[in-house]
Amino acid sequence: MTQSPVLEVRNLETSFVTKDGEVTAVDQVSFTIHKGEVIGIVGESGCGKSVTSLSIMKLVPQPPGKIVGGDILLNGENIVGANEKRMREIRGNEIAMIFQEPMTSLNPLFKIGEQMTEGIKIHMKKSKKEANEIALKMLKLVGLPRAEAIMKEYPHQLSGGMRQRVMIAMALSCNPEVLIADEPTTALDVTIQSQILGLMKELNKTLQTSIMMITHDLGVVAQMCERVIVMYAGQVVEEAKVGDLFKNPKHPYTQGLLKSVPDIRGEHSRLYSIPGNVPKPGSITKGCRFAERCEFAHERCVMEDPVLFMEDGEEHTVRCFLHEKRREVS
Amino acid sequence: MLTYTVRRLIALIPVLLGLSLIVFLMIRAIPGDPAQIILGQLATEEAIEALTKQLGLDQPWYIQYFTYLGDLLTGDLGESIKTNTAINQEIWPYLAATLELSFCAMLIAIFIGVNAGIISAWFQHSWFDYIAMILALIGVSIPIFWLGLMEQWFFSIQLDWLPTSGREEVRNPVTSITNIYLIDTLIQGRFDQFVDVLRHLILPAFALATIPMAIIARITRSSMLEVMKSDYIRTARAKGIRMFWVVYKHSLKNAVIPVLTVIGLQTGLLLGGAILTETIFSWPGMGRYIYDAISARDYPVIQSGILVIAFIFVMINLFIDLLYAAIDPRINYR
Repeated sequence: MTQSPVLEVRNLETSFVTKDGEVTAVDQVSFTIHKGEVIGIVGESGCGKSVTSLSIMKLVPQPPGKIVGGDILLNGENIVGANEKRMREIRGNEIAMIFQEPMTSLNPLFKIGEQMTEGIKIHMKKSKKEANEIALKMLKLVGLPRAEAIMKEYPHQLSGGMRQRVMIAMALSCNPEVLIADEPTTALDVTIQSQILGLMKELNKTLQTSIMMITHDLGVVAQMCERVIVMYAGQVVEEAKVGDLFKNPKHPYTQGLLKSVPDIRGEHSRLYSIPGNVPKPGSITKGCRFAERCEFAHERCVMEDPVLFMEDGEEHTVRCFLHEKRREVS
Repeated sequence: MLTYTVRRLIALIPVLLGLSLIVFLMIRAIPGDPAQIILGQLATEEAIEALTKQLGLDQPWYIQYFTYLGDLLTGDLGESIKTNTAINQEIWPYLAATLELSFCAMLIAIFIGVNAGIISAWFQHSWFDYIAMILALIGVSIPIFWLGLMEQWFFSIQLDWLPTSGREEVRNPVTSITNIYLIDTLIQGRFDQFVDVLRHLILPAFALATIPMAIIARITRSSMLEVMKSDYIRTARAKGIRMFWVVYKHSLKNAVIPVLTVIGLQTGLLLGGAILTETIFSWPGMGRYIYDAISARDYPVIQSGILVIAFIFVMINLFIDLLYAAIDPRINYR
């Protein structure tokens, strides 16, 4: 991958003002997405995945949220300091987003057609008629039957899977360069889930849209992504190609995550779970954030902050002292 | 939708029947004899008896009630004891005056209340939010008669900007056609009079609008805050829509239903509650009409006046219910 990345996030830091003071939800997160690439961001609830994506869109509720530091480069342009007008041009046009809850993510009082065409009219400066045609084309592209009828229907007349297809069609209607999918299949049942993932993969191939897939489901990662970023308590703890990560997980947290995936071929033993809970954001200020749940933790882990170390060449990094003998990421 | 409307209209019959009975009985519970009041202190026993008989008040109450009910069914609201005129004929100018005043008051209350609520929710915790909500709190707690008097004192007497009372300039009266003066003056092309009528409307309309405005502002704010937290608002923002449209289109439409409910109820209260305002501003409306009728123990006028207001109230709320379905496709009346 020699071409310059579409989206590059560097040392992003987002914090929230709470009753107990300022809490850092996203801490020094960096990653890049190239054209047509699908990357996965994995982690438990509350690890900062969604805040990362909302920070990129600058949709973190503000106050109490705030991007404290770092850069977000969209085709080389730093959008952290961009004004609201520029952000409106970016949202839905250059970076689009789909959400976890298809049941509540569409406005219940507006027809699908109206919600679809709204963004098209704004970003692509199309007339109502042209926008309608584009919307119709997109609905057909995401495999919705009777697209013409759906244009005139309200969200409550569609099923969850159909609504998520509408969301995808809507998100892709202005040809965004990056699609951020925040747990797009979590609320759907398994068969619909695999249909939606298949659809996204296919659209990624045909439209060359880069996808940033946020999920807690390693199965989704295996099916969809080329590279994976594992987040824990607001930090990136490991980044690798998807094959590497599944074959050779380095960080004890990643290893724990992989061990907790049920295997239908295995013997029926009690499913592994990582002991303890995700620390409350802001509660750990020194040392490795995973230390208290880690079976390999030693004295140094609670004293010093580990940085990201490179493993197996450039493309596998891990935040753990066990891998310190390798080169530090600059 | 049509069957629902018809069913609701049919359901109105027992409501209005019950109401007419309650009003009928309550009036008769007020001490004082109409015949005595009409004839005065010095009337003889015989004269009072004769008049009571003539008015049909010597009959047992249920006979009186059924006679009244029978007249109502033919659209006859009865005859005023005091003026000997059919209520059907004399009620409209009063009703028109009240409708004109209430409509203007509600327009003010909705426009200012809804917008204040929206902006407060949009910029929650801003100075605008705090000031608007404090004003709203004062608005719901302020006694209307006091506010009316203060308005008159300040705007009419101190500043001399607006007339203190009445509906029109006495020396330049409006020729009534519909009795809704804003319309009458426009039809006749009398713009000087139109402005004059408008100037007379401003103070009572604002006095009357205060409470509904404050309640509407508070309901709009809380409803908007609820809606603006929802997922579809985040979706709308992620599409790159201007915040103004996110607020006024996507959020407002979802937040408007509880606001409509309050508007319906407040309009009803306005029609009935205009008595104080109408008295202070000498507004010749329904409030004054019924108030005078109560003083004169003019039973038919009180009965029919209250019934007419109740009927309008029920119709407004039916209209609001139908409006829900027009706004929210998930509401389906069968």
